[in-house]
Amino acid sequence: MTDHERPRPDHPDRPRPGRPESGSRRPHPWRDPELRPVVAASVTLGAAVGVFAISFGVGSVSAGASVLQTCVMSLLVFTGASQLSAVSVIGAGGTTASALGGALVLAARNGVYALTMGRRIEGRLPARLVAAQLTIDESTAMSVAQDDPTAQRAAFWITGLSVYVFWNTGTLIGALLGTAIDPVTFGLDAAFPAAYVAMVWPQLRTPRGRWAALLGSLLCLALVPVLPVGVPILCAALAVLVGIPPDRTSPQGSTP
Amino acid sequence: MTWTLVLTLAAGAFACKAIGFFLLAGRPLPAVVDRCLALIPAAVVAALVVKDTFSSGQHLEVDPRALGVGVAVVAVWRRAPFVVVVVLAATVTALARQAGWH
Repeated sequence: MTDHERPRPDHPDRPRPGRPESGSRRPHPWRDPELRPVVAASVTLGAAVGVFAISFGVGSVSAGASVLQTCVMSLLVFTGASQLSAVSVIGAGGTTASALGGALVLAARNGVYALTMGRRIEGRLPARLVAAQLTIDESTAMSVAQDDPTAQRAAFWITGLSVYVFWNTGTLIGALLGTAIDPVTFGLDAAFPAAYVAMVWPQLRTPRGRWAALLGSLLCLALVPVLPVGVPILCAALAVLVGIPPDRTSPQGSTP
Repeated sequence: MTWTLVLTLAAGAFACKAIGFFLLAGRPLPAVVDRCLALIPAAVVAALVVKDTFSSGQHLEVDPRALGVGVAVVAVWRRAPFVVVVVLAATVTALARQAGWH
């Protein structure tokens, strides 16, 4: 989304040929033809997440957690990197406090995503609390890759729920089976950065977006060797400060 | 693994999300803050790309992921569908590892 698009109100629903307008504000997301690519993308991403979830389930049980603890963690924590980090610290003989510290640092970036998503997701309090729980790398990135506010909200919910279902199903399977395929063998560790490339692409349409992306990446790369895991991503958010100078090419209030 | 860890982590992780979610929601903000917030996805998602491509823990390294993600960049640039981008990146990375690059 470009800066000057933000102040506009939501796009009204476009009339769809051959379909009478129902009372609902928009067609059910899963049936909207324009959202089919988002549904396909979220299922693809969900499947990759599911394989990692299986390996998390296996790792968690082998680090001494019960099947119930493992599944409760995925249901309630729902932040893959934090969970993997906590389990690996415990598995290596670390204390509860050290496991918690590292995992919470990793969880903090969801708070940064939530600053953006909280301003875009509407609804009653219970729905917004669920939305907060679903605010993770994948749902945020998929949402911001969409052009209009309706599609952004739909993409957030579809991706968040898809990843939630796959993450928890995979966790249960891994915890019960105790053996997993190694995601690395299948190159699935490259699936996530590849997906983020596709998702960040629309952000690069504006000069400011390109500067923020460049600066954020450089900050992250520079800080990875010197700061604890999870902190460089938080510091990358400082790149948004390139938004401070006023926009000369499209003054406030102009329409594109 | 203790229940204390599981439940404290759950509470802490949700608190991170919820605080961010409700902190600025529905509040009119100065234009400059709005402009900066709109750039969070560009900055952080781009950082996720380089972190997931070039780092393992605190180490920076160039391994088969770089090749896979490089192919993904070309695919995105050529407007390939999302599914193709992701499958292509995983396949190229897996093949490079099969070929002995680790």
